Amino acid sequence: MTDDVNNLADLRHPPPDCTDRSDESVPLDWDTLRTRLSGAGGRTFWKGLDELTESPEFLDYVSREFPRQSGEWMDTVARRSFLKLMAASLGLAGVGLGGCLRQPDEKIVPYVRQPEDFVPGNPLFFATCTTLGGYAMGLLVESHLGRPTKIEGNPDHPASLGATDAFAQASILSLYDPDRSQTVLKGGQISTWGEFLTALSAELPALRGRDGKGLAILTETVTSPTLAGQLRSLLKELPAAKWHQYEPVGRDNVRAGAKRAFGEYVDSIYHFDRAEVVLALDAEFLTGMPGSVRYARHFMDRRKLSRRDGPAGATGHAMNRLYAIESTPGLCGVVADHRLPMRADRIEGFARALAGELGVAVADGQVPAATEVPAAWLAALVSDLKSHRGTSLVIAGDGQPAVVHALTHAINRSLDNLGRTVETIEPVEAEPVDQLASLRALVESMRADEVDLLVVLGGNPLYNAPGELDFAKYYEQVRLRVHLSEYFDETSFVSHWHIPAAHYLESWGDARAFDGTATIQQPLIAPLYQGRTAHELLASLSGHPELTAYEVVRQYWKGRWGDADFEMRWQRALHDGVVANTKAQPHNVMWSFTDRASASISPLADHADLEVNLCPDPTVWDGRFANNGWLQELPKPLTKLTWDNAAIVSPRTAERLGVSNHDLVELSRGGRTVRAPAWIVPGQADDSISLALGYGRTRSGRIGNGAGVNAYILKTARPEWFVGGVELKPTGERRALAVTQNHYSMEGRGLVQIGTLTQFEHDPKFVDATSRHPENLPTLYPKYEESENAWGMVIDQTACTGCNACIVACQAENNIPIVGKEQVGKGREMHWLRIDRYYKGGLDNPETYFQPVACMHCENAPCELVCPVGATVHSHEGLNQMVYNRCVGTRYCSNNCPYKVRRFNFLNYDAEFGYDGDQAPVLKLLRNPDVTVRSRGVMEKCTYCIQRINESKIEAQKQNRPVRDGEIVTACQGACPTRAIVFGNIRDSESQVARLKESPLNYSLLAQLNTLPRTTYLARIRNPHPDLEGPATTDTPPIHPTAMDRVEGGER
Amino acid sequence: MSDSHDRQSNIAMAPHSSTEVPMLEPGHTYGSVTDQISAIVLTRRTPRGWFVGFGISFLLLMAFLYATAYLFAKGIGIWGTTIPIGWAFPIVNFVWWVGIAHAGTLISAILLLLRQEWRTSINRFAEAMTLFAVSCAGLFPLLHLGRPWVFYWLLPYPNTMDLWPQFRSPLVWDVFAVLTYFTVSLLFWYAGLIPDLATLRDRTTSRFAQIVYGMLALGWRGSAAHWHRYQTAYLLMAGLATPLVISVHSIVAMDFAAAIVPGWHTTIFPPYFVAGAIFSGFAMVMTLAIPLRAVYGLQDFVTMRHLDNMAKIILATGSILAYGYFIEVFFSYYSGNPYERYVTINRALGPYAWSYWALIACNIVTPQLLWSRSLRRSVPVLFVVAMAINVGMWLERFVIVVISLHRDFLPSSWQMYYPTAWDITHFVGSLGLFFTLLFLFIRLLPMISIFELRELVHETEGEG
Repeated sequence: MTDDVNNLADLRHPPPDCTDRSDESVPLDWDTLRTRLSGAGGRTFWKGLDELTESPEFLDYVSREFPRQSGEWMDTVARRSFLKLMAASLGLAGVGLGGCLRQPDEKIVPYVRQPEDFVPGNPLFFATCTTLGGYAMGLLVESHLGRPTKIEGNPDHPASLGATDAFAQASILSLYDPDRSQTVLKGGQISTWGEFLTALSAELPALRGRDGKGLAILTETVTSPTLAGQLRSLLKELPAAKWHQYEPVGRDNVRAGAKRAFGEYVDSIYHFDRAEVVLALDAEFLTGMPGSVRYARHFMDRRKLSRRDGPAGATGHAMNRLYAIESTPGLCGVVADHRLPMRADRIEGFARALAGELGVAVADGQVPAATEVPAAWLAALVSDLKSHRGTSLVIAGDGQPAVVHALTHAINRSLDNLGRTVETIEPVEAEPVDQLASLRALVESMRADEVDLLVVLGGNPLYNAPGELDFAKYYEQVRLRVHLSEYFDETSFVSHWHIPAAHYLESWGDARAFDGTATIQQPLIAPLYQGRTAHELLASLSGHPELTAYEVVRQYWKGRWGDADFEMRWQRALHDGVVANTKAQPHNVMWSFTDRASASISPLADHADLEVNLCPDPTVWDGRFANNGWLQELPKPLTKLTWDNAAIVSPRTAERLGVSNHDLVELSRGGRTVRAPAWIVPGQADDSISLALGYGRTRSGRIGNGAGVNAYILKTARPEWFVGGVELKPTGERRALAVTQNHYSMEGRGLVQIGTLTQFEHDPKFVDATSRHPENLPTLYPKYEESENAWGMVIDQTACTGCNACIVACQAENNIPIVGKEQVGKGREMHWLRIDRYYKGGLDNPETYFQPVACMHCENAPCELVCPVGATVHSHEGLNQMVYNRCVGTRYCSNNCPYKVRRFNFLNYDAEFGYDGDQAPVLKLLRNPDVTVRSRGVMEKCTYCIQRINESKIEAQKQNRPVRDGEIVTACQGACPTRAIVFGNIRDSESQVARLKESPLNYSLLAQLNTLPRTTYLARIRNPHPDLEGPATTDTPPIHPTAMDRVEGGER
Repeated sequence: MSDSHDRQSNIAMAPHSSTEVPMLEPGHTYGSVTDQISAIVLTRRTPRGWFVGFGISFLLLMAFLYATAYLFAKGIGIWGTTIPIGWAFPIVNFVWWVGIAHAGTLISAILLLLRQEWRTSINRFAEAMTLFAVSCAGLFPLLHLGRPWVFYWLLPYPNTMDLWPQFRSPLVWDVFAVLTYFTVSLLFWYAGLIPDLATLRDRTTSRFAQIVYGMLALGWRGSAAHWHRYQTAYLLMAGLATPLVISVHSIVAMDFAAAIVPGWHTTIFPPYFVAGAIFSGFAMVMTLAIPLRAVYGLQDFVTMRHLDNMAKIILATGSILAYGYFIEVFFSYYSGNPYERYVTINRALGPYAWSYWALIACNIVTPQLLWSRSLRRSVPVLFVVAMAINVGMWLERFVIVVISLHRDFLPSSWQMYYPTAWDITHFVGSLGLFFTLLFLFIRLLPMISIFELRELVHETEGEG
């Protein structure tokens, strides 16, 4: 057996040809040959000397129908794959694809028996869920003729409320990713599931004999009840087997903090809808955290002034106030009314100081962080918190150490928030453990050669285990390594067996949301390749290879619900996308926390000492989305960086260390070194460097390979996300980074109108009158005819968190290509919708403003009159339309567009990535059939999702009624977690959009130009504490140019 | 050479000239004029320099064709053009070439109508230069289209798609302006060539050349009736061509002025562009005339008088241009429009400030040398000034097109523009096309109008 396995490892190097063709030639009988030939006459042809001699080998060869080696191909599956491969290689070689050949005849046959509800051209929606970090988000997936094309949120799902985040939006591209692993691989050679089962079943008896000793299973965080059930029953069968869990962006600190505070594992869920004062301690609750889409909605619902229908203040509750302390600028800091940059390792000190102020007994009074916090700031925060007992909320970031979480619980407890804004529930995870300890235990047992068979279910530990653990080194000591994953990735490469995992849209399963609500994951499409699920793999491990994931999931729920009513409940759960009554029960906790000095993470480091914050990336997360082009090209909310991670430094630290943008710096700690380009970001904490995880992949595919640097190398085997004692050394080299926005300041142009709540209450019409939509200006031209519908949009800048979900939603809906790093560097990104980011105030802690900008659909559109061929025209409903077929590509319209929202196909971008129909036919399935795919040389831009408008209009026409308000939801609007985007008919004075346009906060971008944009904005309203800020001014003084020059993109 | 120096001592005696330099060195007869000019085409050995020059130009032309093939295969993404700089080198080159193309018509038509006889020696190659420059110019708008294969959609032609150009767009006017200009320039140039083609037909000894020149001469026999009709037609054509001098570049200017881009949206653009075009056209004529008269010994026909007059026109139009620059700056301040103001500040102090100041140095400072009569009479100085203006006018278009676009209304979209090797290949390659045509012209056609020079001989004699 051992030998066999060794051979397996060698299979990566193809073995010498072992067919039985004997190369030693049979000595020829020359005399016979000559006589035969001399006797032959006329039309006797001979093929070769073998034929003439009539050697037995030749006769044997002739008598066989197939060559001897072909016996290997008799296995049907293998023969089929052979034929497929041959067809593919012939296809690749150009046979049959030559332009001079006729297109093959294809028959189009209608259904004999049409499936119910299945109308070609009309999409169907199915409920399912995706997971991030194990936690589910409910989705409704649009399916065209059996192929999923677009993802929407499930309004009935607690974690979605109808919206999604950028990751869920982009996951549809991962389904069709041509780089996904497509076959079972044995030592890198193509194999089959059947062969894998054979190999596995050979292992099982021995394993059973030892009670499973030597078997280890490594999963990521598991919330799936079915998978947990399977794992538990497997462990019952094989009690000596081990189940390890490791999630690279894990919640160990949250778990440990809860255990420290309450003595047991509990999950906290937050009620932002009840909170009036919120303090975020390095907590990015608006994105990435389980439940963050819901949190963002609830948080912003308490902030939007636009929701105040009628006279101001009628909703009865005050606008909430957010204080944020951040080590690296994030969405919370942008949204916050007061933000302070602070090194991640100082937040513990701050939390202790605050806890002390609020009457919690803390270990010691020595709090260096307090010196960084202005006294007035702390005083205002403390008084705000104290005056909002039960309606305040303090939340700590997942990267902060357990003690900060425990202190946060203590603060919330002292403010009577527990049970009000913070609810503790039974853990959602199937098996909450200290995952880092779990992984360390696995490494220990691998090192001790105690692991005989390691099954890695998802995850990519070889890439994302902390560098300090040396996972890779010990992984190779395991005798038999099986890896289930969607890509043939770093871990697969050194595994004996690689099993392609089915995408979540291809597989049955289930998962629980942040609040425990379960969703049954139903597939939208049969696996495109030979993808398998963890359920099937585990079933095979338990000796039931015949079970499909569908049966396993049904079995589990049958066990839970019983046979009665099962089908009904099953159908209901599938249809709704949530399993009723599965929300976790509130869990009453005991208080058991006393702060001890020893509980602090480490002696507070010297200030000169640099820390590195290894946080998940806002677009590729922990690296699992590295091969997703939409996410790679998605500008990171604050840095606007694409295709790379960078060592983010504050302006002051950059000055001290003498680094500027694009400089390659060497970060080293404990003998581990990473070389990353530096990027200066205003608002970053001094002496703190942020380096996002998820980059530096080597085996992710054509998109992710070689993008950025691998930050996991620096990661220590400690749960907090930051490491101190890092040395930074400039290398003198440069690496160009591609950003989508080079300029930081509004140049005093008042592009984002800003005000404070007090200002607004004092003077509701404070918004600069010149930025209002001018009405009835004299014109020589005839007015457009009034039509029944006049489409318009309002974007509430107070509610925009800059989370990017809208951009990806737009990209998915409208078949927008990606262009690659080099092209982004040139400024040719194709996003129809972008989020502009501007700074106001000082360099070290500026206020940041987001402004989503797409085509404004101007009533006086400057683009329309300059197009020589009439390729961009105005519809009678006020849409500024692009006629792609008519466009010749002069780009005059783009030059004349003051908002620069037009995008040009400079190259055939899909072909540049091998993403066109010829090279990656699978991507054809991804395309939204309602939207034209644009060719090279054509201008394109936001259409207000005209395909959706027309769909609703047709529907309304069929029912002989006007289009209802809210019936048309644009892609960006649908994805927005905070409902900051509102679209509708402005002619209908009752519509939501028309009412918002009446708001005193409504203004037009560049209104002076009299373009009369149909998209308008609501001014950004902040709610600063009156003690901390005098009446704010609306004008935005430009940041001093020389200071900004150093920070800005500058030369490439 | 010494001969001509001797003649120069007789300058003061030249009877016709009110200034001291004649339009035609004295001592020429009908025969000597005809001999000397037609010999360049018919009998004289082609100088080695011609082969070198033609060879280099032809290589550059091939580079142009290669770049164009690659462009068609890949798309205009091979250039540095991007968003927001949707127009860059190709449009800069287009406007530059169109500007250069202005001198020819101006010299042929307007100066003819104004009876400026000194135009005679330079009009032929100025017209040829115009034609070639328009050819170069016309290529760029086609190449810079995203889908160049459907360029004809800009033309109003009946089609089954039932589509029509959008006549509010200045680009449509542009198509007409440039095509008309090319057509009229070609006809005018050809009409002017007819009597000379007949001369070549009569003087050549090669049968092949006789046939070709003969066909091109359209049966010209030089009868009095021919001359009578010819002169009338030529004058009429000059009348037709005159408005084009104004219209073409005005319309090119409207490509910019009709847009709302700060830095483009200016009513002064049309006159200012026309002045600039004449300025750059004369500079290019001068750039070509100076080496040509030296290499082919044409100092007798293209005299210092011509160079002096051209220098004066350059000075005059340069002053108009300087006024234009000043008014642009003044209005950006006076308008109170922050975007206009920013554009001016960005031109002078932004990342491309070098190009703005180089433009001021080339187009405003350098031509001031021409106030001095002695410098106007110095051929090297004139050549340097003309070259500076060629560069300066190219930079002017760069400043207008690229700097205005790279930072417009929303700072979030601001970008830098960096040309690629293909941008440069296309520009240098278009110079190759221009000079290839020019070298062929010099070799195959009389570069100075023989019959008009003969008239000049007649007139100078008659008055003498």
